[in-house]
Amino acid sequence: MIRVILHRIAGAVPVVLLVTLITFGLMRLIPGDVSAALGGVSSTPEQREQIRHNLGLDQPYYVQLVRWYGGLVRGDLGRSIFLGKDVTEATFERLPVSLSLSAYSLIITLLLGIVSGILAALRQNSWVDQAAMIFAMIGISLPNFWLGLMMIVLFSVHLGWLPTGGYVPFQDDFLGWLRTTTMPAISLALLQVGLLARITRSTMLEVLRQDYVRTARAKGLPNYLVVWKHALANALIPIVTIVGIIVSLLISGAVVTETVFSIPGVGQLLTSAILNRDYPMIQGGLLFVALVLVGINILVDIAYAWLDPRVRYDGG
Amino acid sequence: MAESALGVEGAAAPGMTAARGGLRWETGRRLLRHRSFRIGLGLFLLVALAAIFVPMLSGADPNKLSMRTRFEPPGSEFLFGTDNFGRSQLSRVVHGARLSLVIGSWVVILNAIFGTLLGALSGYFRRLDNPLMRLNDALMAFPAILLALGVTAVLGRSIPNVILALAIVYLPRTARIVRASVLVLRQTEFVQAAVAAGAGHWRILRRHILPNAMAPLIVQLSFLFAYAVLTEATLSFLGLGAEPPTPTWGNIMAEGRNYMREAPWIIAIPGVALAITVMALNLLGDGLRDVLDPRLKIQQ
Repeated sequence: MIRVILHRIAGAVPVVLLVTLITFGLMRLIPGDVSAALGGVSSTPEQREQIRHNLGLDQPYYVQLVRWYGGLVRGDLGRSIFLGKDVTEATFERLPVSLSLSAYSLIITLLLGIVSGILAALRQNSWVDQAAMIFAMIGISLPNFWLGLMMIVLFSVHLGWLPTGGYVPFQDDFLGWLRTTTMPAISLALLQVGLLARITRSTMLEVLRQDYVRTARAKGLPNYLVVWKHALANALIPIVTIVGIIVSLLISGAVVTETVFSIPGVGQLLTSAILNRDYPMIQGGLLFVALVLVGINILVDIAYAWLDPRVRYDGG
Repeated sequence: MAESALGVEGAAAPGMTAARGGLRWETGRRLLRHRSFRIGLGLFLLVALAAIFVPMLSGADPNKLSMRTRFEPPGSEFLFGTDNFGRSQLSRVVHGARLSLVIGSWVVILNAIFGTLLGALSGYFRRLDNPLMRLNDALMAFPAILLALGVTAVLGRSIPNVILALAIVYLPRTARIVRASVLVLRQTEFVQAAVAAGAGHWRILRRHILPNAMAPLIVQLSFLFAYAVLTEATLSFLGLGAEPPTPTWGNIMAEGRNYMREAPWIIAIPGVALAITVMALNLLGDGLRDVLDPRLKIQQ
């Protein structure tokens, strides 16, 4: 098991290096003069020179690259132009907001996705199956920001049940947190629910046909034990592998959902950075998110090895 | 939805040498018998025909301002209502459909060409495999929308830049699917036979491997079309797609957000159009997957 873990971590090293290089390179691809864009049309050459100097852009690329990596090692991703704060600081300030929203959404996803997938598989081709799959198809086709907007129109504008946006930290006021995060969490979850329901259904269908499931039934085990213990244990393996994809979609979706519901999370931080051309913030934020995802994928691989002894003993 | 089909390492389906004569007809007939495929095709044709013919027939300018007709609800005069500038939403939404389909098609074409190229090189020439796939992994480490946002932020807002950004974002996923097929096909006896017969690399790839690797690619491209349309709308909704007043669905919804109370139809209608288009492509993809690549059915 330890070998598997070390192997996965070592495998991620080149990817992490490339990710840091890509984020560095991306910001140097900006056509034209960044300082002119940041300083505005009326900026003087001296002001522009000062901006370039502050961003370190007056140095040759290799010096910039060395500084970039030097900063990374110290956990320094540069300084946001608009917030007047370090990128790392700004990101970590917003992180709990995004995490609580994502966790809420992930719980909805796992509950609805796995349960509806299993129910659909157990009654293949029945109306339950059809309804679940139509729902899943709608889930993967509806744009989540549009769903969010429609929920605001219905529940906030017309019925006045929930606020149109904003955020209350859950440690301050749990009910307030529920009121502000429930619509975003649902609109954010729908796509992943659809995906997970479809995958759970097909995996379960495959597993339920296996001999060992028939054996379990034949020896007279109650149906719920066969399904929820024997079958699900094996069906979980492919499901775990897509958790990485689900989290990636969740982060992508959160960027948009946070903007729709004016939730001050990392996603909103990044979109406003992009709209304000806050290049250090974009660069740092992109890198931060990518690194989080690399980490999650390592964890998923480890979980996969832990769940599936075949992977574990082959050494992955 | 997005990465679902993308995560699946589709093995090449041997049945797909079917792409010849009578077998091709047979595949077509099986597709048309597939319910999802039929519904998807019908919906897609509906959107495509509206995108092509409605602007031609009505000839209305999607950017024509008319202060006398602001915020008209959908009705007989304006089928989809009007917005805050009195512009006809019907005209704007069908122009949006046009842009969505054009952008989606370009992303699919670029992916078909470069994804196949990268996937084939990586799967066939083992020496290239490791560096290319690590680069792939690195690009895939960024969530799709964020990378697309980053690239358009850097390149600037325009339709070609959006196409480029989306093509780059989805390229690694396409390349991976082609690579997976090529890896399997390289080991097959008919490829080994071609090697033994002295065929060159290029000939083996082009004549023996790639035609058999097409099924998973075609399935992937139809889903890719759906993600491209969806992500484009998201980009322009966030203010990083084509510049307003270009009538993309995302732009229309971003503007409509300020008038949710008095004119909810401004957001509602393009969203429905977008959902129908994406669903059509997803249904088409499901049908193609079941018929062309039955092995994936089990995994998905």
